[in-house]
Amino acid sequence: MVNKAHISTEDLNLWFGENHVLKDVNFPVYDKKVTAMIGPSGCGKSTLLRCFNRMNDLIPETKIKGKVLLNGNNIYAPKTDITEVRTKVGMVFQKPNPFPKSVFKNVAFGLSVRGEKKNKIDEIVEKSLRNAWLWDEVKDRLNSSAFSLSGGQQQRLCIARALANDPDIILLDEPTSALDPQSTAKIEELCLELKKQVTILIVTHNIAQAGRISDYTAFMYLGEMVEFDETQRMFTIPKDKRTEAYLSGVFG
Amino acid sequence: MNRRKIFEFTGVNLLRFFILITGIFLLVFLYVIFSRGGKVVSWEFLTQAPRKYMTEGGIYPAIVGTFWLTVISMLLALPLGIFTAIFLTSYAKPAWLVRIVRVAINTLAGVPSIIYGLFGLTVFVRIFHFDVSILSGSLTLGVLALPVIINASEEALRSVPRDFREASLALGATERQTILRILLPTALPNILTGTIISIGRVAGETAPILFTAATFYTRMLPSSVMDEVMALPYHIYALLTEGSHAEKQVPIAYGTAVVLMAMVLIISALAIVIRYNIRKKRKW
Repeated sequence: MVNKAHISTEDLNLWFGENHVLKDVNFPVYDKKVTAMIGPSGCGKSTLLRCFNRMNDLIPETKIKGKVLLNGNNIYAPKTDITEVRTKVGMVFQKPNPFPKSVFKNVAFGLSVRGEKKNKIDEIVEKSLRNAWLWDEVKDRLNSSAFSLSGGQQQRLCIARALANDPDIILLDEPTSALDPQSTAKIEELCLELKKQVTILIVTHNIAQAGRISDYTAFMYLGEMVEFDETQRMFTIPKDKRTEAYLSGVFG
Repeated sequence: MNRRKIFEFTGVNLLRFFILITGIFLLVFLYVIFSRGGKVVSWEFLTQAPRKYMTEGGIYPAIVGTFWLTVISMLLALPLGIFTAIFLTSYAKPAWLVRIVRVAINTLAGVPSIIYGLFGLTVFVRIFHFDVSILSGSLTLGVLALPVIINASEEALRSVPRDFREASLALGATERQTILRILLPTALPNILTGTIISIGRVAGETAPILFTAATFYTRMLPSSVMDEVMALPYHIYALLTEGSHAEKQVPIAYGTAVVLMAMVLIISALAIVIRYNIRKKRKW
């Protein structure tokens, strides 16, 4: 099976001050697939995720070496327009974090900061909410506060907000860890639906979740990419002893 | 009773006692002011100019003067204070510059208000030649209110959850757009309630306007910001230290105090109402 890598890293190293957090990471994320990153707490998987839309730039004393290639272009090249990178690479956070604005304005935010036209915004907001399976639940209250939605709805709103930018890839940072099982199931199904149109990279603490929704899985341990493979294969015959130990719950 | 319970008992009752003392002070304070000044306040008192060397008539020019001094000083200090707070919370580089700015702010906050008066006299009245005027007084009061406004704004901006900022940047917004569209609107209600407190302070200050804006007596209302004005706190001071009809002037001074306190209380009450409504609406 041949797949095109949509985004990939080349010898990526990252330091927070003296702390060497990511070590020589080489990692492909394939087009229109769900890729899961698993590993114990503090292994650097969230940090790696945040390298893909340069969110680590916000943390002072961060040093990065190596490349992150998005459609072949290194996003850490000096002349990169970060806002453009972040438009193409959407992100959904661990805790649902809608803005204290209306449902509509939340979804329209990315469009309005780029000065999109009003009628176009209306159209895209509806489409994005439909794609995030939220339209039927909120179509009658687009102007009420996003905080009036349930936690699961808020997280789907955040997905809709990211989709409105028409991204190539969406990064999900443990998107269901703050949600109840039902809302979690809905978001997992949604991921499977969304991969038809967008590449998905998801960090998860939940091994079963990775098994349920991902095509590829990356196992990270102490800042290293220990193993990367098709999920099916890794979950049946892990190559590395550490992967095997983690998958069987020896540590975590 | 064992020792722990005795400690508990005396401790709690000691605290009750202290609260009681504070409460009594406040009540005595209000009683002294209102019992002496309450009778003086009338519609004429609020709407007429003083007459016969301030022994009769009202305090209307002083109310107008304090109103303009407060409004203009806030118009000058609010934007400056909010922008400084934005710089401190969002850009804040390099570190040494931030440290200097912060030391400067805290020093300003601790300076006695009479020194602001001297500063205003030298800088605004003399060097800038604004003379004794509403403008000089408002600028001086504005500088006085600045540290309070900066600190309140900074606190309000910092209390905006980091998630909002990250979400905005992750959607491709620039730093500036994030500040204008997310940080400021979210923090604004808190900034405003924080700064309303400083309005009360500004309205009541005497020393900063002593040499910069206030005049002892004028029947005229100000026609521009370059006019000198009467002001409530200074009027109280003048009534008690100038003139030769103490028996008539002292009640007017208490009446003026009642009006000034009522103004400040109304402003504070407004702040409480706004804050209450925000807390009710806030959900993060």
